[in-house]
Amino acid sequence: MEQLSAKELRDGIAAGRISSLEATRAVFERIRRFEPTIGAYLSTCQDMALERAADVDGRIASGKTVGPLAGVPVAVKDNMCTTFGATTCASKILANFHAPYNATAVERLLAADAVIVGKANMDEFAMGSSTENSGLKQTVNPWDTTRVPGGSSGGSAAAVAARLCFAALGSDTGGSIRQPASFCGVVGLKPTYGRVSRYGLVAYGSSLDQIGPLARTVEDAALMMNIIAGHDPADSTSVDEATAPVCDYLQKLDEPIKPFRIGVVPQFAAGADEQVQKALSEAMEIYKKLGAEITEVEMRHLDYAIAAYYVIATAEASSNLARYDGVHYGHRTANPNDYVEVYSKSRAEAFGQEVKRRIMLGTYALSSGYYDAYYLKALKVRNLIRSDFSAAFEKCDCIMMPVAPTTAFKIGEKVNDPLQMYLSDIYTIAANLAGVPGISIPCGSDDRDLPIGLQIMTPTFAEDKLLRIARMYEKETDWHKKEPRLAND
Amino acid sequence: MTNVQYKVIVGLEIHVQLCTKSKMFCSCAVEFGAAPNSRVCPVCLGMPGVLPVMNRQAFEYAVLVGLALDCRIPMFTKWDRKSYYYPDLPKNYQISQYDLPLAANGFLEIPLESGGGKKIGIIRAHLEEDAGKNLHTAGNFSQVDLNRTGTPLLEIVTEPDMNSGAEVRALATELQRIVRFLGVSEADMQKGHMRFEPNINLIITKDGAEYRTPIAEIKNLNSFRALERSVNYEVRRQLDEFLETGQVMEMGNKTTRGWDDEQEVSVLQREKEEAHDYRYFPEPDLVPVELTPEWLQQIRSRLCELPLQKQMRYVEQYKLSDYDAGVLTAELSTAEFFDEVVRDGAEPKRVCNLLTQTGLKIANEKGCTINNLGVTPEGIAHLARMVEADTVSSSSSVSIFEVMVETGKGPEVLAEELNLIQKSDAGELERIVDQVLAENPGAVEDVTGGGKKSKKARGFLLGQVMQKTRGQANPKVVSDILDKKLD
Ligand SMILES: [Zn+2]
Repeated sequence: MEQLSAKELRDGIAAGRISSLEATRAVFERIRRFEPTIGAYLSTCQDMALERAADVDGRIASGKTVGPLAGVPVAVKDNMCTTFGATTCASKILANFHAPYNATAVERLLAADAVIVGKANMDEFAMGSSTENSGLKQTVNPWDTTRVPGGSSGGSAAAVAARLCFAALGSDTGGSIRQPASFCGVVGLKPTYGRVSRYGLVAYGSSLDQIGPLARTVEDAALMMNIIAGHDPADSTSVDEATAPVCDYLQKLDEPIKPFRIGVVPQFAAGADEQVQKALSEAMEIYKKLGAEITEVEMRHLDYAIAAYYVIATAEASSNLARYDGVHYGHRTANPNDYVEVYSKSRAEAFGQEVKRRIMLGTYALSSGYYDAYYLKALKVRNLIRSDFSAAFEKCDCIMMPVAPTTAFKIGEKVNDPLQMYLSDIYTIAANLAGVPGISIPCGSDDRDLPIGLQIMTPTFAEDKLLRIARMYEKETDWHKKEPRLAND
Repeated sequence: MTNVQYKVIVGLEIHVQLCTKSKMFCSCAVEFGAAPNSRVCPVCLGMPGVLPVMNRQAFEYAVLVGLALDCRIPMFTKWDRKSYYYPDLPKNYQISQYDLPLAANGFLEIPLESGGGKKIGIIRAHLEEDAGKNLHTAGNFSQVDLNRTGTPLLEIVTEPDMNSGAEVRALATELQRIVRFLGVSEADMQKGHMRFEPNINLIITKDGAEYRTPIAEIKNLNSFRALERSVNYEVRRQLDEFLETGQVMEMGNKTTRGWDDEQEVSVLQREKEEAHDYRYFPEPDLVPVELTPEWLQQIRSRLCELPLQKQMRYVEQYKLSDYDAGVLTAELSTAEFFDEVVRDGAEPKRVCNLLTQTGLKIANEKGCTINNLGVTPEGIAHLARMVEADTVSSSSSVSIFEVMVETGKGPEVLAEELNLIQKSDAGELERIVDQVLAENPGAVEDVTGGGKKSKKARGFLLGQVMQKTRGQANPKVVSDILDKKLD
């Protein structure tokens, strides 16, 4: 049963052929067996999951209508607020934080009758590219347990890859869905900024953060998008229906786009590992056979994306994370001498190194006297990158490039070299700066049998097109069907 | 003795709490005096993951004030985060407006005691969210009440155009009248709906040379009295300090002072204006506000005649005294009531007397506004016309007004019931006068005889007529008849 896609499982449950309770039990059986090795979850909610699964089975048996994800076991990254379990952001400062409300994306999953099995591990406050910055747990890559799953949505990616759920929600600020999807050999979609409500997503870089699905297939990603996409009055930055109507992403998914042009940026992609480049070229060949025309596009400012990102994201983070001060909730230092110490000691004790580094970076970038040179300059670069994308999309339907320069790296390999770590996101960050959607789909393996991802980006709110282009490739290849061999399997 | 002259320079920062039903960025009720932390939600508590949603009403109220202050209203404004750590600020940043306020470059005209008005420049007005309150009532720790957190505040900054404590007070009072007239704030000082921070310094001329004293900002004043007195105190203090130390304004020597209401002194809080870095940056969780001409027009249509305009019109058009016109325009409800009575055709001066001498007195006693007394403008217009037509006397109109409030009956019915209708029918009164004269030949003789008894006798005869008519005779008419008969 765990070989099924989420869509196949959903169809089976809805038709009464498969019991959600059985599927959910099977997931928890796998969690029992493999989670001690993988470490994908910060918390699971077995009782609630089994109860909801039984309820779905009961309603289907009695002929009642159920939601579009009825009975499907899914995971949620632990930076989305839930009224069940803790919402920790993998940080000691929120280790015991129980949110009084559900994030809109979580509400939508529940309304679709999904069965949430647990909260997935991540880099603390989504700051990182390997999930090694989790303040609470280490997640490993199911393909090679000495390697990282990527990050920051490493728990979500590992859980999907190891079949510890059928699909998951992640969040992507600079590549945090796409890069772990690539490292773990699953599909990961970062929607257009404003497509999915951020309400209840614990903010890291507010102008960049976006929730999206990690799934086994493009079709499952489309199914998840059908549930989470759409306007939310609680999020002023979520786009209203009149401006960008949400469509049924499954409806035309199997219709190929014809004819279409793929934009590539050769000199930019040249920085990637040879095996990654090779897999990419092979993917291009397949698209050519499907009738696509490859065209080179110029995107002159991509080289500045990482610099701009680390100013904008950290500036916003320094402000977003100011609230974790030990006064109202979260970790509070014991025996402070005065209220200033409540702040300084609580924060010093509970934030991890990378979080502190980014808070300091961002605070500096916003300080008077530096604002113009850093923050304002970064915003200008961001606009130039946006223009690069608009200009490129005049010439092509989508842009393709690697997701990450390498496949999954060794645990501990880059932890002491933050700049090297930041470079893992070199190909993904631009989409966040420009707000465009991007997807990572499995497109090969390196000589260690580690997955390689192909990144596709389209203009804003063209997720339907993006998914269709990805689906064309998926139908021609079997990369997405490859599974990691887990110990004791 | 050296020759010292000085000029007072004051600019004012005012925070006005807008009377929206819900808070600035969430749907919690704005309520005063509720149990601590009972008017809060994840958004105003600054919980992880929450997002603000702008209260359109608050924005419109703020723009309306901007229009009333003759400000330029930009079609594009945005929100910014202002960062500082304080326990009453759950996010440790305040959503405010930094470089693109929703209103700028206006003025407010204040009435001067010497008569006439003076324009005070308005630099800017912007919206922001209020913080909560720290309570220091418990032992070794403080508590925080976040009910007030997120309440919409309009911050208005004036030019340093005021030159005395009285002018500062006049501006504050005038602004209170304006926001009440516009219906955008209750402006209740007791509830902290208006808070003031004056910036004061002096230009001193001594022996022909000019000196500027260091600016002092007095924080958080919440009464007109404290505002005026603190400015006056600060003027004396700065003069004394200058004469003693010669200290003049320079970069970074602005001080912050607090006002001790008991001792009536200002107290130094911060020696040097720290270069406080609020690290402003655009609020990424809110979209900028783009006004359309239609939306702005819709807001503009809610502008009414402003209190000072109205006051001046009453003086010019109705020949009311400035004082009376001021009383009538102190509250919008009074002014509107007055306007309606006048529109019903009553003579303005008469209506003014009825309202200021009787109506407002009763309203005050009852602790309500004049429109809530249970009397209609038509009723009062009718009463005014009865006085006008001598149907009732001025003094009777007071009792009629009072009973109208008590019973809700109309003035005509009450005048009958209370036997307060004046007899002005000359024919009928002449018969009664004749009767009285016939009954009191002695008094008639005293009057016609002239001499020192004459005046008293005449008064006696008038009194007899009034007695026979049980007070309902119009004394003026009776007097005229007596004059005619006894000449
Ligand atoms: Zn609230």
